[in-house]
Amino acid sequence: MLVKQVSIFVENTTGRLADVTRILADAGIDLKAATIADAADFGILRCIVEDADAAKKILNEKGFNASVSEVIAVSLDNKPGGFHRVLQILADEKVGVKYIYSTIKSAEGEAVIMMKAADNDKAIEVLKANDVKLVSINEVK
Amino acid sequence: MIWNKEMECADRETMRALQLEKLQKTVKHGYDNVPHYKEAFDKAGVKPEDIKSLEDITKLPFITKENLAANYPTGLFAVPHEDIMRIHASSGTTGKPKIVGYTKSDLDMWGECVARGLAMAGADKSSVIQVAYGYGLFTGGLGAHIGAETMGAMVIPMSSGNTQKQIMFMQDMKSTVLCCTPSYALTIAEQVEKAGLVPGKDIHLKAGVFGAEPWTQAMRDAIEERLGLRAHDIYGLSEIMGPGVSMSCEHNCGMHVQEDYFYMEIVDPDTLEPVPDGEKGELVITTLGKEGMPLIRYRTRDICYLMREKCECGRTTVRMSRVFGRTDDMLIIRGVNVFPSQVETVIAKFDELTVNYKLYVGRENNTDTFELAVELAEGVEIEDIAFVENLRKKIDRALRDMLGIGCKITLLNAGALPRSEGKAVRVEDTRKL
Repeated sequence: MLVKQVSIFVENTTGRLADVTRILADAGIDLKAATIADAADFGILRCIVEDADAAKKILNEKGFNASVSEVIAVSLDNKPGGFHRVLQILADEKVGVKYIYSTIKSAEGEAVIMMKAADNDKAIEVLKANDVKLVSINEVK
Repeated sequence: MIWNKEMECADRETMRALQLEKLQKTVKHGYDNVPHYKEAFDKAGVKPEDIKSLEDITKLPFITKENLAANYPTGLFAVPHEDIMRIHASSGTTGKPKIVGYTKSDLDMWGECVARGLAMAGADKSSVIQVAYGYGLFTGGLGAHIGAETMGAMVIPMSSGNTQKQIMFMQDMKSTVLCCTPSYALTIAEQVEKAGLVPGKDIHLKAGVFGAEPWTQAMRDAIEERLGLRAHDIYGLSEIMGPGVSMSCEHNCGMHVQEDYFYMEIVDPDTLEPVPDGEKGELVITTLGKEGMPLIRYRTRDICYLMREKCECGRTTVRMSRVFGRTDDMLIIRGVNVFPSQVETVIAKFDELTVNYKLYVGRENNTDTFELAVELAEGVEIEDIAFVENLRKKIDRALRDMLGIGCKITLLNAGALPRSEGKAVRVEDTRKL
């Protein structure tokens, strides 16, 4: 299922990331998943929160460039080959994957990954057709 | 060797008489052929005939880089285009370059000036002169070149860059004089050292003609020691001619001005009143005898002072000190003139950026560092690293097109740059010069 993701531009200076997490913590926003894509002098913090639009608004007000986009939340079988199965389905259908990251805590017996595909709609279509479980934001624990 | 004893060692009265004659001609030439001068002189209520002594020059209005910009591209040319044989250009405040036109006689004069300078560096017809200034619109390369040709020396027109090749030619052709920016001379020196080459044995340089950027005594010492040569300062600016306006002799006590071609004044940059010899102020230059684009009382924005005590070399010409700084915001980075306003013009073209920016200029390993910090505008979608890197590339390309040099670009969140209460501090220059 498509889940809203917040992407935040963060300068690569000591303490800058903590500025972001402090803003989220002060606003009582729970991070369900997070990852950082890093370049030499900046990074992009991508995260999944309950209300992405509200988080974006708060971050913007505090001077951070934050934008909202969509990723697919995919539930994996928590056993060897579970991750591979999903990727193989996409590879067979020639759907590119831009990036993947996982939730901070996964539920019992289940792992959830966040995935950005080159074509999200097509990815959803082929994953569904192959009985891969996609989850909604409420199910991302 | 003194290239032109008659001019360089003339007594004061002879030189002043010649300067007055050439000044009167220049003023009339400008007034008759350049609408800007006619207008400006009329407004100031002064006619060419009013210039009866050299001191009368103060009756004439100044010309500034803003006037040059307003007359872009060729509004200040004083001869028909068919008489212009070459143009050069340097960056201007508005993003449009300052274009300078040279007649045959202007090029001859330039060659003469640079030849005199090369002679100060001990060069003669038998010298092998390696020109490692950039060739092109920049006056450095072709300026040194024309002087070396006037002298009849052997010229190696290397242009700047490709250090390994520079060193190969330096060795194989036994170059005796190196012309380049001081920072490039140091780069060459480092590579010479790294290659294990020994000055005096593998490298035969005797003198270096270094200019186009500010440099320190420490740099001079390092270059002299590592390349085994004697360093000379050369001064010039493309609006006036290019390198060769003045140059230091073997006594290294200021730069001898080619006074039969340039009349120098030092003024207080605020009051615009003349200041006495030995006191720092803004250098104002009037070209004497230049046909293509005569400049009358051009405010160079360079801060220096003049010296008239006799020099041991025997030349009687006035000397100017090194340039201590500028009265405007122009930066000289790796020999290239950079105005913050040019950077501003580039930034304004990007919707992805705010209008705030800051330039950081420093020096590492004797090379200028140049960094630009800009802010991402609010509302820009920056989901990918690739998006930011592409944006950075686009900014870099636009800056290179505008400035001719690249810089390190740092992207920040909107509001991350410090805001000042009064005038924004756009430049932080930590070079100690």
